[in-house]
Amino acid sequence: MTLEFNATIAARNVKLELTLDAGETLAIMGPNGAGKSSVVQMLAGLLKPDSGSAVLQGRALFSLSPGAQWLPPHERGLGVLAQDPLLFPHLNVLENVAFGPRSQGRGKADSRVSAAHWLQEVDASGLATRLPSQLSGGQAQRVALARALATEPELLLLDEPMAALDVNSAPFLRSLLKRVLAGRSAIIVTHSVLDALLLADRIIVMDGGRIVESGPTAAVLAHPRSAFAASLAGLNVLQGVLESGSLLMRDGGRVAGRLVSAFAEAPQPAGGLEGMAAFAPSAVSVFLAPPQGSPRNCFKVSVGELEPQGEQIRVRAGALSADISPAAAAELGLQPGTEVYFVVKAAEVVLYPA
Amino acid sequence: MPVLVLPKTSRPAARVHGRTWQYTGVPRWVYLVAAVGALFILLPLAGMVAQVNWGQFGALITSEPSVAALLLSLKTAAASTALCIVFGVPLALLLARAQFFGQRILRALILLPLVVPPVVGGLALLYTFGREGLIGKSLTVVGINIAFSTTAVIMAQTFVALPFLVLSLEGTLRTAGQKYEAVAATLGARPGTVLRRITFPLVLPGLISVAVLSFARCLGEFGATLTFAGSLQGVTRTLPLEIYLQRETDPEAAVALSFLLIAVAVLVVALTYRAPKSPLRALMSPEAAP
Repeated sequence: MTLEFNATIAARNVKLELTLDAGETLAIMGPNGAGKSSVVQMLAGLLKPDSGSAVLQGRALFSLSPGAQWLPPHERGLGVLAQDPLLFPHLNVLENVAFGPRSQGRGKADSRVSAAHWLQEVDASGLATRLPSQLSGGQAQRVALARALATEPELLLLDEPMAALDVNSAPFLRSLLKRVLAGRSAIIVTHSVLDALLLADRIIVMDGGRIVESGPTAAVLAHPRSAFAASLAGLNVLQGVLESGSLLMRDGGRVAGRLVSAFAEAPQPAGGLEGMAAFAPSAVSVFLAPPQGSPRNCFKVSVGELEPQGEQIRVRAGALSADISPAAAAELGLQPGTEVYFVVKAAEVVLYPA
Repeated sequence: MPVLVLPKTSRPAARVHGRTWQYTGVPRWVYLVAAVGALFILLPLAGMVAQVNWGQFGALITSEPSVAALLLSLKTAAASTALCIVFGVPLALLLARAQFFGQRILRALILLPLVVPPVVGGLALLYTFGREGLIGKSLTVVGINIAFSTTAVIMAQTFVALPFLVLSLEGTLRTAGQKYEAVAATLGARPGTVLRRITFPLVLPGLISVAVLSFARCLGEFGATLTFAGSLQGVTRTLPLEIYLQRETDPEAAVALSFLLIAVAVLVVALTYRAPKSPLRALMSPEAAP
């Protein structure tokens, strides 16, 4: 176990607990204001929680009520990369990267050698003599990554490192991160499901200052339990009680589907079990009148918004979405407010326990 | 189809003063009122320049009392500015960065010398460091007399200029990104290293311009100096005091010396107003990125 962390901040309504294994990368996701950045700031020593503790490889970073131990940021040995590269404007690229080693007490020449090495690691050797004002956003972020790595941190904290980059420089940094994060302990706060899939071993979904979901990235995205994770995975998710091969929703509606195989063999408790039904928007058909016959799930909804989704049109209606072709949308004459029926085959619906 | 209608202007959409014309939206009457305000400041300067006896100018400003006053002014203003930097920078740092009990009250009280008439400031200094003053009494016992000495001049000027430097620098520090300091700390830099390698270089252009302005303030100090230090030629009679004295006996000398002070002031303003365009500052503005 490399990191054990728990903290509460009453003013921000944050209360959580998390652990990180050696060499593991953990992604923290969640809506704005969920408290994701607070976690990074507390670990970095820039924000003091009301209570809690953090132990990194047997070394206490802080331990508060009980206890009053608080290691200042410069004694923590963590690397931080934020959305804004924040390169020191008065130092050139090489001096920026050499700042960390120099501050740790290493000699000037030694620090520069180390800085040159890390610049090479992020493919930025050619930028060494430039000033930060002469760099593009993507270049600056790469240099900032080299600067964070140059201190050889035990834990790397990445707070939305790609949020401010344009579509052309983000993929480059992402593949760079993929390379440097291998075998490193890291926490990455991100809004991008792609980052989570490519970079993280495990994901935590936060909402309202609490962890609402956690697990291996692929598992969370395949069977989301929270509305936020469902929207990340691009799935429709309904909540209810699992009962004899279907999901009974609170409004009395019933959703037929197939149970996740691992769960299907397990004995079901009497009175049902809290569960979820998930299906892709592309599995939904839209009709103006309820279809007859066939064993399908049917939801009467009112169209909210229509928006492009790749080659398709995404029809949003309350918590549900359907992806249909532009031709179909035109034929149905869909407008916000149109009463329609969302229809999905039982075979397309996955049921799993919450 | 909505059409974007651009406002008509009396000026052609051409390059004005080397910049491409851009819509600004200032009503014409604002120019008129602003012109009155600008004239109100510029006309008296012209009036003074018109009164200068240029034939005698050299002789008037090189007379013995004039030179003594000018040298004393430059000497004391330089010393006061140094004191303002030595004590003002830590104060500004504490106000901008630290959190402590009574911080807001301290900031408000430090502001006081800016709004209190300098004469009152001089009296306050006299009743504190004067022969019969709060601290002065004890100092007299050990043989130190501050009032009516060059030291008193420096103290009066520092008293008036220090709050000005502290407040300006505090503002500069607040805008000069605490974020960089936080990053430096996460990279392992101790607070002392952060101050030396990050904070100071970042606020240096601001510190230089506010120090130059403080110097100008010290140079022009009159009320507090007269009250606390008196008017002894070569000891406490600075240029403004000399001008006030000469006004009664030799108006031509007063005008010549006034012109000298204005010239120094213009130089100071020119120096500080160039500061935002200095290479260092240009590097720091985000717009400088290509």
